[in-house]
Amino acid sequence: MNSRHYVAVALYTLCRKEITRFMRIWTQTLIPPVITTCLYFLIFGNLIGPRIGPMQGHTYIDFIVPGLVLMSVITGSYTNVASSFFSAKFQRFIEEIMVSPVPSYVILLGYLAGGICRGVLVGIVVLAVSALFATVNITSPVMTAAVVVLTALVFALGGMLNGMFAKKFDDVSIIPNFVLTPLIYLGGVFYSVRMLPDIWQLVSLANPILYVINIARYGFLGSSDVGIGVSFAVIGVAIVVLTHFAWCCSSAATVYAIDVR
Amino acid sequence: MNRSDLSNTALSVSNLAKTYVNGRVALKGISFAVEQGDFYALLGRNGAGKSTTIGITCSLVKKSAGKVHVFGIDIDQDFGRAKSHIGLVPQEINFNQFESPWNIVINHAGYYGVHRTVAAQQAEKYLTKLGLWDHRDTASRRLSGGMKRRLMIARALMHEPRLLILDEPTAGIDFETRLSMWEFMQELNQQGITIILTTHYLQEAEKLCRNVGVIELGELILDVDMKSLFLQLSQETYVLDLVLPAKGLPDRLQGYMRLIDPTTLEVDITRGSSINQVFETLSELDIHVVSIQNKSNRLETLFMELLKNEAESIRASQDA
Repeated sequence: MNSRHYVAVALYTLCRKEITRFMRIWTQTLIPPVITTCLYFLIFGNLIGPRIGPMQGHTYIDFIVPGLVLMSVITGSYTNVASSFFSAKFQRFIEEIMVSPVPSYVILLGYLAGGICRGVLVGIVVLAVSALFATVNITSPVMTAAVVVLTALVFALGGMLNGMFAKKFDDVSIIPNFVLTPLIYLGGVFYSVRMLPDIWQLVSLANPILYVINIARYGFLGSSDVGIGVSFAVIGVAIVVLTHFAWCCSSAATVYAIDVR
Repeated sequence: MNRSDLSNTALSVSNLAKTYVNGRVALKGISFAVEQGDFYALLGRNGAGKSTTIGITCSLVKKSAGKVHVFGIDIDQDFGRAKSHIGLVPQEINFNQFESPWNIVINHAGYYGVHRTVAAQQAEKYLTKLGLWDHRDTASRRLSGGMKRRLMIARALMHEPRLLILDEPTAGIDFETRLSMWEFMQELNQQGITIILTTHYLQEAEKLCRNVGVIELGELILDVDMKSLFLQLSQETYVLDLVLPAKGLPDRLQGYMRLIDPTTLEVDITRGSSINQVFETLSELDIHVVSIQNKSNRLETLFMELLKNEAESIRASQDA
């Protein structure tokens, strides 16, 4: 068997395993974001939204759709990889892969593929639910699809690093709870950063999630708080940096064995 | 060890050393070789360094120094190719307990590049052989301990390895299952698969293995074939069950025979003596034997002697 064929089979196996994993527990992975989104639409969109009035020329409920879709993509892709990889370490079945000839980059790609698939799938489901509450018009389908996939990749990489370095279950939930959630809420899901005082507008620019949400908003509604070129550049830099870091870590076999031995 | 020496070895370990990050020295430069087709027992107490050796060979542990070759392939040069020849059955259960046995073995084959259709045939073969076919779709956490062990063996065989490393494969399983696993292991070895076995059941090693290595405190203190090892036994003790109760033993026999109870006799046979002489003597005394067995496992006796000698030599060197 040539090495290309071998790598293809190994990668397919890892991707299939990862996708089967989250599909098997769909009540835990796909349903919760749907319920959360419904509640957001009900409370912020239907009850509070009409009192807020239009935002960037759109009804408030239409304005929050891109942010809510991206929010579910971010949490879905991040938690999928972090929890799946950490569980494999904790229960030691990562050793199944470690003792096999699977190269490190294939392991990395396999887990990332699982995270991206979950992120994109959750995004599609949330978008479908959004159509029940709001008017969903996608101005640029290509840009929307690109930002969804790239965002899923960035946060799957983040989740992978979290999973690699986590030593206990708490470590897998600390980043999503104390870093990711505040950044998402402060990244303009529910408001336009132009509403903020100048100083806080400036501070918001340091939040990478602001850029992905604004590309998504541009893709959906055709309007954005920040430049699209800059936003894609930020995503590009994040992908390069995180990929480099994850690649270096995954090449060092010790990272798989953290807290195992 | 040069290249030609490696041509016939399944595993060659040379000056292998490992010091863990916490400073614990697990291996102090051990060297041994396992020939292709061999059934090799790697013995030692808990913490002696057996699992570290296996871990290094399978890339679960990073070595500090030394060389490891698998079928002549240097793991530092091409670990991927070396690993493709190895099947590992680890000491602890290490599969996803939420997965079914079917998925576990199929995925494992995939990691070794085995196409799914071929893997399905292999899975049927080995799950059937190991009595797991009817449980193939059960969540593996619901399997019994013995079934989980057998599942790990089936998994390790999915890619048809040439070297099978079994790290205490029969630990904690019932005797009947253990016997069937012994039979299966012998069958695999007869098919040409080299097997390295670590176990604390020395009877298992004695029954199955042709060669034996003993690791103690990170050092290889013995590497010999089983037959020559047993020649080192100076004396063996047998337990004889008698047909009728014996009233006593003449004084001349007291040195090497003991009546444990009226129907149980213990006899020490020194190396070079014939057990026939014992039976002749007993017949003369009208004592008849219904069954005979070793008092203790021969390998156990030797193993304990070895460890005792090793401990004494360490103590002596420390005193010096």
